[in-house]
Amino acid sequence: MAVRVAKGKDPHMLNYLLRRLALIVPTIIGISICAFAFVRVLPGDPILAMAGQHGVTPERYEILKEQFGYNLPIWQQYFDYLGSVLQGDFGISLATKRPVINEFLALFPATIELALTAMFLAVLIGIPAGIFAAVKRGSWFDQATMGVALTGYSMPIFWWGLLLIIFFSGYLGWTPVSGRIALSFFLRPITGFMLIDTLLYGNWPAFVSALRHLILPAVVLGTIPLAVIARQTRSAMLEVLGEDYVRTARAKGLSPRRVVNIHALRNALIPVITTIGLQVGLLMGGAILTETIFTWPGIGKWMIDSIFKRDYVVVQSGLLIIALIVMAVNLLVDLLYAFINPRIRVQ
Amino acid sequence: MAPSTEPVATTSKPASGLREFWYYFSVNRGAVIGLTVFTLLVLMAIFAPWVAPYSPDIQYRDALLKPPIWEAGSDPRFILGTDPVGRDMLSRLIHGARYSLFIGFFVVIGALFVGVILGVLAGYFRGWVDVAIMRVMDIILAFPSLLLALVLVAILGPGLFNAMIAIAIVLQPHFARLVRAAVMAEKNREYVTAAKLSGASHFRLMLITILPNCLGPIIVQATLSFSNAILDAAALGFLGMGAQPPTPEWGTMLATAREFILKAPWVVTFPGLAILITVLAINLIGDGLRDALDPKLKRS
Amino acid sequence: MPLLDIKNLTVSFDTSVGLFKAVDGIDVAVDNSEVLAIVGESGSGKSVAMLAVMGLLPATATVTADKMEFEGIDLLKMSPHDKRQIIGKDIAMIFQEPVASLNPCFTVGFQLEEVLGKHLGLHGRAARERAVELLHLVGITDGAERLGAYPHQMSGGQCQRVMIAMAISCNPKLLIADEPTTALDVTIQKQILDLLVQLQLDTGMGLIMITHDMGVVAETADRVIVQYKGHKMEEADVLSLFENPKSNYTRALLSALPENAVGDRLPTVSDFVFEPAPGARA
Repeated sequence: MAVRVAKGKDPHMLNYLLRRLALIVPTIIGISICAFAFVRVLPGDPILAMAGQHGVTPERYEILKEQFGYNLPIWQQYFDYLGSVLQGDFGISLATKRPVINEFLALFPATIELALTAMFLAVLIGIPAGIFAAVKRGSWFDQATMGVALTGYSMPIFWWGLLLIIFFSGYLGWTPVSGRIALSFFLRPITGFMLIDTLLYGNWPAFVSALRHLILPAVVLGTIPLAVIARQTRSAMLEVLGEDYVRTARAKGLSPRRVVNIHALRNALIPVITTIGLQVGLLMGGAILTETIFTWPGIGKWMIDSIFKRDYVVVQSGLLIIALIVMAVNLLVDLLYAFINPRIRVQ
Repeated sequence: MAPSTEPVATTSKPASGLREFWYYFSVNRGAVIGLTVFTLLVLMAIFAPWVAPYSPDIQYRDALLKPPIWEAGSDPRFILGTDPVGRDMLSRLIHGARYSLFIGFFVVIGALFVGVILGVLAGYFRGWVDVAIMRVMDIILAFPSLLLALVLVAILGPGLFNAMIAIAIVLQPHFARLVRAAVMAEKNREYVTAAKLSGASHFRLMLITILPNCLGPIIVQATLSFSNAILDAAALGFLGMGAQPPTPEWGTMLATAREFILKAPWVVTFPGLAILITVLAINLIGDGLRDALDPKLKRS
Repeated sequence: MPLLDIKNLTVSFDTSVGLFKAVDGIDVAVDNSEVLAIVGESGSGKSVAMLAVMGLLPATATVTADKMEFEGIDLLKMSPHDKRQIIGKDIAMIFQEPVASLNPCFTVGFQLEEVLGKHLGLHGRAARERAVELLHLVGITDGAERLGAYPHQMSGGQCQRVMIAMAISCNPKLLIADEPTTALDVTIQKQILDLLVQLQLDTGMGLIMITHDMGVVAETADRVIVQYKGHKMEEADVLSLFENPKSNYTRALLSALPENAVGDRLPTVSDFVFEPAPGARA
C-alpha cells in the first residue's frame, strides 16, 4: 500500500501527538463507562457473590451494600469508580480479597513474556519469509509459504495448541503441558519475566525449564501474527518492488541484495510495522485461549477465570486496563508509523 | 511497461462485469479450490440428516472412544471413531457443519446490516452523527474482540444465539469503518453530484446511488468476517460460552474432548480439522474475491 | 567503433495472451560525444530497448540481439555481477518521474553518496564533498543543506537535478535519458534540457535522449531514430529528418505537431497510411 499523507494533516509531530491524545480522551471515558456498565448488567448479585457459599444475613447484606456503595445512584457509583481509578485504585477482587491492580501486576509479566516471545517468533520468521516469497514471486517457495501462511491465518489456535500438546508433549514427551516452570524450582520473582529471572539467579536448569514451558504457548500465540506478517510483508514488498525508485537503485548497479534489503525493504516495512502493532489487540484475545490451554498464569486466564467466578470487580477493572493498554499500544504504533515514514516526520 | 496487453477489456461485451469478475476469480487456483470445498460443505450441511450415517446424539454404549477405522481396536461401524459417550464422530462432524455455516452466515448478515447502516450514516452526514458513531466504534474496537465477546456472552448468558449476537457486535465496526470511508470517497464524485442536482432524496442518494459503488470492499470484508465469525464462535464454544453440549458444534465438541487429548487424540483432531478446513476454504475464496474485485491489484 | 553498438535487438514479454514483441529487430549505435534521440509515441518500445541495455527489464522479458556491445564488450554475455560494475558507472540512466524515482525513505545525500561509495570507493567526508560538488554542477547551490533533505521536500525539477547528479557522479561514458522532462513544468523542462546538453558538451559523454517530443529532438539531438510499434521507421541526422523525412510515419509525426497545423483539425498519425518498416509483419 503506498503510504501518502492526507493533505492538510498537521505534519508537526508534537501537534499530531496532542491531537491524537485529545481524540483519545472521549474514547477512554467511553471505555470506562462500558466496563462499568457491563458489570452492572451482569446477572447475579455482587454482594452474594462476595459472601460465597456461607450466605449472608439480610442486615449484613445491607451493611455490605452501603460499604461498597451499591446503594448509591448508578451515576454516582460510576463517578466514585472513576475517581478511585484515577487514583490508581482499581478495587478489591471479590474472590481473593486482594487489590485488583496487585493481581494484575503480578500476572502481567507472564502475559508480556508470552506475547513478546510469540511476536518475536512471528517477526523473525514472517518478515524474511514474506520478503523471499515476494522476490521469488510465483516460485514453489512463494506458493508453499503463502499456502502455509493462509493455513496459519485460518487456524483455530485453541485446537492448534491441543495438537501440539498431543504431538510434542504426549507423543514425543519433549515439552511440559502446563505452567511457566517446573514446580521443583522456587524463585522469587525479580522482574516477573521467567527467562530473565532464572538468568539473573544464574540458575541454568531453571532457565531451560522455563524455556521449555514457554516454547509451545509462544508458537501457538505467534501463529496468526506470523501468518499475517508474512502475507503483509509479501504484498508490501511486491508493491514496492514495482516502484520507480527500486528501478533507480538497480540502475545504480547495486547488488540485488542491497536493492531488496535496503531500498525496497525500508519502504515495505512502513505498512508492515503498522500491521504488527495492530496484532497486539488480537494477541490479547489469543492470550485468553492460549493461556487457558496451557494453564499459563497470565492476564488472559485471569480474565476468563474471573468471568466464570463472576468476580465483577476484576472483570470491570481488567477490561478497563486491557483496553487502555491496547489503546496505548495503538497510539505508539501511530507515532512509530509517523516516525519511520519520512514523508510524515520531516517537513 | 508492456503496452496493449489487456485482452479481456477489449473483447468484453456490455453487462459482462460478472463474466470479467469470474475470469479474474477463476484464474486463482486457490480460490476455485476454496469455492469447491465450500460448496461441498454447504451441501453436506443442508443434507446432513441424509448424509450422516447416524444421528449425532445416539450413544452407542458398546463402543465408547473407538478409534478411527485405520487404527487398531476400531469398530467398522464408525469410520472416524466415537466420542467418550459412544456417539459417532463422523455424524457429529457432519451435523456440526450446519452450526458453523449457520453461525457464520447470520453473524455476517447481522454485522453487515448494522455496520453498513452506521457507516453510510456517518460517511454521508458527517458532523456530529459521524463523530458519535465513530467514537462508539472506536470504543468497541479498543477491546480485544474475543474478550469483549466473552463479557457480552457472560451478560447475555451462555448459548449459541447469544454468542452470535456478541460476535456480530464485535465484528460490525469493521463494516462501519469500511463503508464510511468508501462513502466519503464516493460522495464527492460527479455522478453523486449529478444525482443530487436532479433532486434525489438523501435516502435514494445513500442507498441507491452511492452504496452499490462501495460493494467490492464490503463483499471482501464480509468473507473475512464469515471466517472470523466461525473461528470466534468455535472459540467461545471451546471456552464453554458458546453452544452448549450436547450440541455437535465443533468448538463445543473440542471443549468436551479436551480431557481425552492424550488418550483419544481423534476426538480432538477431527473437530478442529473441520474448523480449519471450513475457515481455510472461506479465506481462499476471500483472497480470490479481493484479487478479482480490487481494481488496484487487478492488473499487476 | 561506436560507444554502444546494438544489432537486431528484439525484446519480447511473456504475457497472459502469449508473447508480445515490444522491440523487434532494432539497430542502435551511438558514438562518444554524440547525442542520439529516439522518438516515438508511447508503446513504441523506445524505453524498452534502453532498459534492455541497462538490464532493468522484469523477468518476463526475453532479450535477444545479434550484437549488444559497449566499448567493444559484449553486454549480453556478461555475468550480472560484472555488468553491475558498468551499470551506474559507465552507463547511467535517468527516468521520467523524478520524484518517484528517488527513494522516499532516504535522504538525497544517502542516495547520492551510495553511488560514489559503490563505484568510486568514496565514503564519509570525501563522498560528502563530492556530492556537494555534483549538486553544484547540476545547479543546486545549497548542496550541503540539500544532502539532508528527503525527496518529498523538493520540487520535481530539483529531484531531476539530483537524479542527473547521481547519473553523472562517476563520469559516465554514456547517459541514457528516458523522457527526462515529460513530467516537469514547461519552464523547468527547458532548464533541465539545457543542463543535460551543457553537461554533455562539457564531459563529451554519449547521450541517448528518449522522447516523444519533436521539440526536444530539434533542440538537442545530432541524430534521430524514429520508432513505431517496436520497429525502426527511420534513422537520419536531425536536419535531414526535419527537412526531408523519408518515412511516411515520420511525416505523419511532424504534421501532427500543433505548429504545423493547417485548417481546423489537427491531423493525427492515424490519418496517414504508411508502409510498414522493412521486416515488419504488421
